[in-house]
Amino acid sequence: MKGTAGGWDPASERLLRELAPQVLGVIARRFRDFPAAEDAVQEAMLAAFRQWPADGVPENPRAWLIRVASRRMTDMVRNEIARRERETAATPEEEPAIEPLDEIEAEMDPTDTLILLFMCCHPALSVSSAIALTLRAVGGLTTAEIAKAFLVPEATMAQRISRAKQSIRASGIAFRAPTPQERGERLSAVLHVLYLIFNEGYASSMGTELQRLDLAHEAIRLTRAARALLPEDAEVAGLLALMLLTDARRAARTRPGGELIPLDKQDRSMWDRDEIAEGATLLTFALSKGAVGFYQLQAAIAAVHDEAAQAEDTDWPQILALYELLQRAAPSPMVTLNHAIAFAMVHGPASGLDRLRALDSDERLSSHYRLDAVRAHLFEMLGDFETAIHHYRAAAAGTISLPEQNYLMTQAARLEEAREQRKSSHPHPEL
Amino acid sequence: MKYILMMNTMRAGAGVPAWPRADLQAHIAFMHGVNRDLREAGEWVASEGLSFPDQARLVRAGKNGAPVTDGVFPESKEFLAGFWIVDVDSPERAYAIAARVSAAPGPGGEPLNMPIEVRPIMSAPPQEML
Repeated sequence: MKGTAGGWDPASERLLRELAPQVLGVIARRFRDFPAAEDAVQEAMLAAFRQWPADGVPENPRAWLIRVASRRMTDMVRNEIARRERETAATPEEEPAIEPLDEIEAEMDPTDTLILLFMCCHPALSVSSAIALTLRAVGGLTTAEIAKAFLVPEATMAQRISRAKQSIRASGIAFRAPTPQERGERLSAVLHVLYLIFNEGYASSMGTELQRLDLAHEAIRLTRAARALLPEDAEVAGLLALMLLTDARRAARTRPGGELIPLDKQDRSMWDRDEIAEGATLLTFALSKGAVGFYQLQAAIAAVHDEAAQAEDTDWPQILALYELLQRAAPSPMVTLNHAIAFAMVHGPASGLDRLRALDSDERLSSHYRLDAVRAHLFEMLGDFETAIHHYRAAAAGTISLPEQNYLMTQAARLEEAREQRKSSHPHPEL
Repeated sequence: MKYILMMNTMRAGAGVPAWPRADLQAHIAFMHGVNRDLREAGEWVASEGLSFPDQARLVRAGKNGAPVTDGVFPESKEFLAGFWIVDVDSPERAYAIAARVSAAPGPGGEPLNMPIEVRPIMSAPPQEML
């Protein structure tokens, strides 16, 4: 029965997590109760985490998990029947029969993982509960791990997951693939949730912070799973490409102390070449499919950055063209702002600042610190350090990210020093 | 997004509120209810009530970094009475929670409409910096 005794390694852990949605698919279909099945599978996962490292990975790990989760479901059904009997004194109902294991296994359906993704990312759920449920039900992560990743108490995360399942139950979302009519909207909800998980992980990863679960890598893993099931979908490929092309720069993005390094100052030899190559291949495939969406365009921009051996080699005209497409495909204030940066890189900082003036009337942006951050950057390029310093400090006061605030304040301090030097070397600035 | 909700209501030397028992009980039950609901919504991160300002000490480093303590000053207008840290999907939701806390019942069950200071907690940096 036992496989490799004591064979607990990252591969076993990975296997366990990959089995989670497959097992959940079987249990949810068999018992026709997704919320309860999800709890039962989580308990089976916890049992595996306890037992497998000591006893070794079972010969048929999937069957082991299905058996433990089924037993848990039967217990729950039994308790429920007993409770109802006590309350109504009704005649005992027949116990649901558990089919032999091989019959259950015969029901294994590789598309279950996809159905689960559609369910957990249903637009009826709030974004934060969809994220939590996806990581647990599809990602095979424990509540404790997810709670730690989001820096909230475990009980709070458990409650969030339970609320998500209540919403699923209340809105009568069935365990089945969406209809062709629903499919487009539902798939974009799935991609959005995966994208947010990635961003959360990428943004919060600080160099060698190994204590927290790596959400960026979890997002990549889940997106890989989605891509395996939807190999022809261009936006799924585009999203995976975007994640890989961004994640490739991760090691170069912060100094050991967590200090941020902007793109043009990063040590590009630290970029992950394998991830860049894989992302570029995926992108080529996605772009060959015709329709070009949000994730593909963002991936294309990331690819242009990644292809430049040095910051000066960056093909800004191409990035500008891509932002123009993005402004049409998925307009947002952030896209407008990034477009202005690309415009400045191609046509000079003065033209970029002209562009930004148009944004002052945009309510979503006019008070946004990023507008100040971009202005600061462009005024610095123009050599107007005094105005740049003013905008760096305004941006620093507006951000709610501590590393970014430190970065922006340091930029201002650096320019102050440069200004002092300039004054002492040119005592007559009018010359 | 995490927010801190700060209830700045206490005045040094003001003592505990001398409300009728039923009003006090209603107030306490209300605050318990807020915490329970935040937990059930999966939004609760932390909440604490603080001791009365009379027990507060102002501490500064003296010579050699040794702590020098001082009492708080009655002329100081307001002190932090308690705070919540919540993890919510939007600032609007944080404001809604704050408004609920603000309207905690006071004497005669009338809403106190206390000022609640809501501030984002600093988080991770955004994706990319140019």
